[in-house]
Amino acid sequence: MFDAVFRNLPFLMGGFLVTLQLTFCALAGGIALGVLVGLGRISRKKWIYYPVTLYVNFIRNIPLILVIFWFYFVMPILAGRAMPPFISAVISFIIFEATYFGEIFRAGYQSISRDLIHAAFATGLTYSQTARYILVPIAFRRMLPSLITQSIVTFQDTSLAFVIGLQEFVRRTSIVDNLEVRSIQLFGFVALVFFIFCFLGSRVARHFEEKGRRTGVI
Amino acid sequence: MGFAYDFDWGVLWRQPYGTWLLQGIWLTLKIGFLGWIIALFMGIFIGTLRVAPWRWPRLVATAYTEVFRNIPFLVQLFFWYYAGPMLFGEHLGRQINQIVGLNYYVSIFALGLYTASRVAEHMRAGFASIHRDQYQAALSTGLTHVQMYRYVIIPYALRIIIPPLTTEFLTIFKNSSIAMTIGVAELTFMSYRIDSETFHGLEATTGAMFIYLLLGLTVVRLMGFIEARFKIPGMIGR
Repeated sequence: MFDAVFRNLPFLMGGFLVTLQLTFCALAGGIALGVLVGLGRISRKKWIYYPVTLYVNFIRNIPLILVIFWFYFVMPILAGRAMPPFISAVISFIIFEATYFGEIFRAGYQSISRDLIHAAFATGLTYSQTARYILVPIAFRRMLPSLITQSIVTFQDTSLAFVIGLQEFVRRTSIVDNLEVRSIQLFGFVALVFFIFCFLGSRVARHFEEKGRRTGVI
Repeated sequence: MGFAYDFDWGVLWRQPYGTWLLQGIWLTLKIGFLGWIIALFMGIFIGTLRVAPWRWPRLVATAYTEVFRNIPFLVQLFFWYYAGPMLFGEHLGRQINQIVGLNYYVSIFALGLYTASRVAEHMRAGFASIHRDQYQAALSTGLTHVQMYRYVIIPYALRIIIPPLTTEFLTIFKNSSIAMTIGVAELTFMSYRIDSETFHGLEATTGAMFIYLLLGLTVVRLMGFIEARFKIPGMIGR
């Protein structure tokens, strides 16, 4: 039933590896930049708040595919030479996903009540101790389900690197399909692999959400 | 920085490119709206089944949302477009493949099914936020279960979930750009096509970005208008 898949398994799995690398880079960069974006969104300094807000609202209103194209076109101009599609794709994913992670971090920061901070100070903790032992652990536990969910979305989004010819999982599958013409099993296989990973991920997210609710953190 | 690039913003209105963009916008709007109609009706239906008092429909509806949410839309689109016709067997499949504009119909269908799973999730959350007394009050007036959902709970839930539905409505126009991968000549496709003819993809995609932005702002206004129009006084404390 999956004969065409098995014949081309090394090639397909090579593509899946690229998808994983892409996801890893996009998450590392997107979360790091997202922390800064989240801080910018709660900043009281207008010259920080307004540009960051503009960036977030602009990017969130345009399709990811267009962002990928845009960086694909703009990178050679900025760098003065052709860029490998992988680099170009990673940069577009970081810029795009950081706006989504940024909003999660903003919500996380804002979920910490003033009373909690005052209570921590009242016990004699310093500011950095309060952050280290109280604020960060609580905010992290509250944000964890959303962070996992957004990571799954990022994993799915990397398939769009297809459009600039990057040989990730879906691109390689369609290359194989052009030769084998076994669309049902080939695209069924890709769908199954994505489903398994994303479904398990969503279960993990739900587990942490329920745990948070049980322990009263969320 | 070696900035050796001559900007040519004329590609946004010079012929034939200006017409291409307009055609692209028109197709983006059509795909988005038609997909949205499918998504809305199917989403309400599936979302309602998810809280239905019958075990099997509930399981099927849950499976539907899990499957459609956990597979990238691009993969779903490719599956429906390349594998879909084959599901009907050799003979019928070949006939389906000859339909003119198949990619256009498939993209509407795929977008509708995908977005329906997201609408269904919001519907479920909407139902969950309605107090249990409301259900019991409806039943105690003598309505059947189906009537209760049709006349009381669904109209109620729909109003509650207008804000998340606005986001989904915005998302459907953004996701419609993925239809370019099966050759549907919508806005993103056209901006890429301009690049392949003029090598001024940067200007074309920048223009397209602002068009999507404008479209998004229009949708937000439209949904704000709908929310105000169908508001029940005193229903929600805001």
